[in-house]
Amino acid sequence: MRRSLVVPLAAALSLIIAACGGAPAAPTAAPEAPTAAPAPTAAPAAPAATTGRLETITARGTVICGVNNNPLPGFASVDASGVYSGFDVDFCKAVAAALFDDPSKVEYRPLSSQDRFTALQTGEIDVLIRNSTWTLGRDGDVGLDWSPTTFYDGQGMMVRKDSGITSINDMDGATICVQTGTTTELNLADVFRAKGLTFQPVVFPDGDQTRSAYDAGQCDGFTTDKSGLVSSITLLSNPADHQILPDTMSKEPLGPSVLQGDPKWADAVNWITYATFQAEEYGITSANLAEFSASEVPEIRRFLGIEGELGKGVGLSNDFAARVIKHVGNYAEIYNRNLGPDTPFNLPRGLNALYTEGGLLYSPPFR
Amino acid sequence: MASGIPRISPSSSIPFYRDTRIIAVLVQIVFAIAVMAGCWVLYQNMIAGLARANLLPTFDFLNVPASFPIAESVIPYDPSMSYWQAFVVGLLNTARVALIGIVLATILGIILGIFRLSSNWLLSNVAMAYVEIIRNVPLLLQLIFWFYLTKMFPRVQESIAIGDAVFLHNRGVTLAWPEPTASFASWIWWLVGALLVAVAIYTVRQIQFRRRDRPGVAIPYAILGWMVIAGVGYVLTTILTGTAPAVLVFPELQRFNFIGGATVTASFAALVVGLVIYTAVYIGEIVRSGILAVSKGQREAARALGLTQGQALRLVIFPQALRIMIPPMTSQYLNLTKNSSLAVAIAYPDLFYIANTINNQTGQAVPVIVMLMVSYLSASLFTSLLMNWYNRRIQLVER
Repeated sequence: MRRSLVVPLAAALSLIIAACGGAPAAPTAAPEAPTAAPAPTAAPAAPAATTGRLETITARGTVICGVNNNPLPGFASVDASGVYSGFDVDFCKAVAAALFDDPSKVEYRPLSSQDRFTALQTGEIDVLIRNSTWTLGRDGDVGLDWSPTTFYDGQGMMVRKDSGITSINDMDGATICVQTGTTTELNLADVFRAKGLTFQPVVFPDGDQTRSAYDAGQCDGFTTDKSGLVSSITLLSNPADHQILPDTMSKEPLGPSVLQGDPKWADAVNWITYATFQAEEYGITSANLAEFSASEVPEIRRFLGIEGELGKGVGLSNDFAARVIKHVGNYAEIYNRNLGPDTPFNLPRGLNALYTEGGLLYSPPFR
Repeated sequence: MASGIPRISPSSSIPFYRDTRIIAVLVQIVFAIAVMAGCWVLYQNMIAGLARANLLPTFDFLNVPASFPIAESVIPYDPSMSYWQAFVVGLLNTARVALIGIVLATILGIILGIFRLSSNWLLSNVAMAYVEIIRNVPLLLQLIFWFYLTKMFPRVQESIAIGDAVFLHNRGVTLAWPEPTASFASWIWWLVGALLVAVAIYTVRQIQFRRRDRPGVAIPYAILGWMVIAGVGYVLTTILTGTAPAVLVFPELQRFNFIGGATVTASFAALVVGLVIYTAVYIGEIVRSGILAVSKGQREAARALGLTQGQALRLVIFPQALRIMIPPMTSQYLNLTKNSSLAVAIAYPDLFYIANTINNQTGQAVPVIVMLMVSYLSASLFTSLLMNWYNRRIQLVER
């Protein structure tokens, strides 16, 4: 709570401080800066402009990953012993695995929907993997660069079963709980405006508060991404009393994002993400990685870094894909571990299947 | 011999760098330059950093449609309006909380301060307990407490009804509320006329007091005059046009919410209650110290003249205490206004909350924070100005 007040204000200050000494034009910057490998700095969040983000992370030895501050089971949640798990968290681990061959080299930063982009803008985090929707506005004005979508979602609406609501068209005059700083907040207004319906918003900066206000009956409906609803319903006091309407109000492609202006780091995150898709396409899993390592197929040998120098081109090790698969698994493994049939959510793959199976996941070739 | 005695000649006076007067000025100049240079370097670095991320600050976004909904607004607002209008909505929402909060906190604070000085053991101790508890619990926690309390109320469908006029539920309080009708426009002239009459009564009374050189009450007469004229106008308008200028609209429960009447949202209610209860404690302490600071002799003299306890307080002690109270009171008013930014925690769309949303949707952190700072600064300076003017007015004029 307190964070959401402090962070935006701190943003201006950090923007100033973070850029200190970074400007190549700054007359104070000494040209004969030591050329040796940069020593780990005391302030890990300070980005160095002369060295890219990737070098900063390598020197630091951990990647700082922005995740959801509210428990969103299946995507990002913390257990009693402080261990993070979830679909988004696994992609943070994939980045760490690719860079350091160790998925535990992640520093998690829990962020609210309001703070998340500011945290990226100020360089507090390296990469944001927090069920965030890729939009043109965020790609442009907000100054983010988006990696391939890891989860294709759509906005949904949850209501009480006893309310008799069967579609959004029944909701004229309803009070609706929504979280601020989200695309869902904007879509809600758009959809109701387009349908000529009125509604009374109750807007919270915090996901937990939004959910608990709905749970207490302060709202007739609760809207967020459908995956978020499926996850939230498990946290309500009486999940059986609620239902998710069939309406899908928007497109919500969720994926990792990095700060604009550092193409090298963006490329690295992109290809780490693609590697999980490609691994599923090849059928390489954490279990059968050893067999594939002995493969004679050139494509697979290149993908796993056994021959060629593909990783180097994006500033990674040649075997980065193998590292990701070894520690985190391919996309299907990540999905099933967190959202699949063995979890309480049992979300069908739908659009999140490989293109070969009617989904949208498609990796450019690794060559 | 002669060389052993130091000679002071005008030409070999103290060099400028050892002259404390010159050094004092020089140090100030150097310091000012250093601060300005520091600011400039920081500014340049910020611009360079933002430019790298293609995020150069601009105010162009202000004319773009805001697209986000706002829960409550004093002026008409819908998501197709611009970010600038959304910002103004936030500004007015903050002003609404501040105004209502200041009035209520002052009333409660004065009562509290007087209670604390009461010779009634129960009254003074209850007041003391109240002060000690509220003052030592963080305001944010109190706001969240009040907001969570609103959740304890039943759902809209099972509202607690007080007659047909008041309904308490977990979304707030819905009240029957007068709404203007077609003939309201003609009644407005009566209201304006009534106001003029009230001003006239007040002025005449003041002149009379001055002539007789003794104080008396003016405001109750003015209010009475206003009410009589407005009332006569109301009846006449109703008779002449056939419709009453305003009708009391009773809320009716529709499928989801009450329609008609006025609703005070749970967020707003929790925010006002929290701010008033918290600020009243400080105002109460200011009132108490102000009253205690008036010399004991004044009270004794007033009593000796035959004034009752209440009269002594109202006519002798309080006017003198007011002079001591105003400056610290100003700072409490400013605190209340600034503390209202905690509204963000309980979903009341105040200035800070809306600015946060704008920042989030546009990515323009620096311009939005500058706007925010300018807004709070001007609001505070304006309040101080007003209070300083009032302070000067009631200060003892030495003749």
